[in-house]
Amino acid sequence: MDPANRPLSPHLQIYRPQITSVLSIVHRISGAGLGLGSLVLAYWLISVAAGPEPFDFAQHLVGSPGGILLLIGWTFGLLFHFCNGIRHLFWDAGYGYELSTTYVSGWVVIVVSVALTVGIWLSVLIAKGTP
Amino acid sequence: MSGRTSLRRVRDLGTARDGVHHWWVQRLTAVALVPLSIWFVTSIILLAGSDHARVTAWISNPIVAVFLMLTLIAMFYHLKLGLQVVIEDYIHAKPTKVACLLLNNFGNTVLALSCIFSVLKVAV
Repeated sequence: MDPANRPLSPHLQIYRPQITSVLSIVHRISGAGLGLGSLVLAYWLISVAAGPEPFDFAQHLVGSPGGILLLIGWTFGLLFHFCNGIRHLFWDAGYGYELSTTYVSGWVVIVVSVALTVGIWLSVLIAKGTP
Repeated sequence: MSGRTSLRRVRDLGTARDGVHHWWVQRLTAVALVPLSIWFVTSIILLAGSDHARVTAWISNPIVAVFLMLTLIAMFYHLKLGLQVVIEDYIHAKPTKVACLLLNNFGNTVLALSCIFSVLKVAV
């Protein structure tokens, strides 16, 4: 058979999105997004070592509306990757494979990571005053 | 810890040769990052809006400096392993794949060492 025409197993366009598959790909996307965030973390740490003026400039960038928006995104990315990562560690240890359990643990990950992101940023913005 | 099977050891061959080591270190760094990232995120929240003097004083604390470097090592190693799997899964053209894998290794090494050097420069 022509290799180009051989039958394919069902794939992304065929399957209806489910919480299991969606959280799986979001885990990857959040991980890659956090990789981009590590560039900002590196820049910030280098600015501390470079002295007060480079540091103030970095703080100015990070504290700008665009910087705050990115930080909120990275906060959610980190919290999601953290919570879903713990879910993965439970699977690695052999627990939580029942289908109903994977749905419950998936929703717990979503609710906890969203709630923590909102909680952290509300408390930071209230404590420090909006920039 | 080695997760290799006896047969694998006898044959000294395997599907990916070092897949178990990759898998294991990814979990090892993940477990390390559970407490480390809680500490790091909490510290950064408490430091929000600080001036240079306060951030410098924080990093100069020896315990903070050591934990920062532990966090950075675990984080960049975990990131390197994770991005490697993403590259291997989605990029199939060999020259592009090898270039991306090299960039992943070099990039994360440069970033990790730059961060660790910055911490040491402030702390020491």
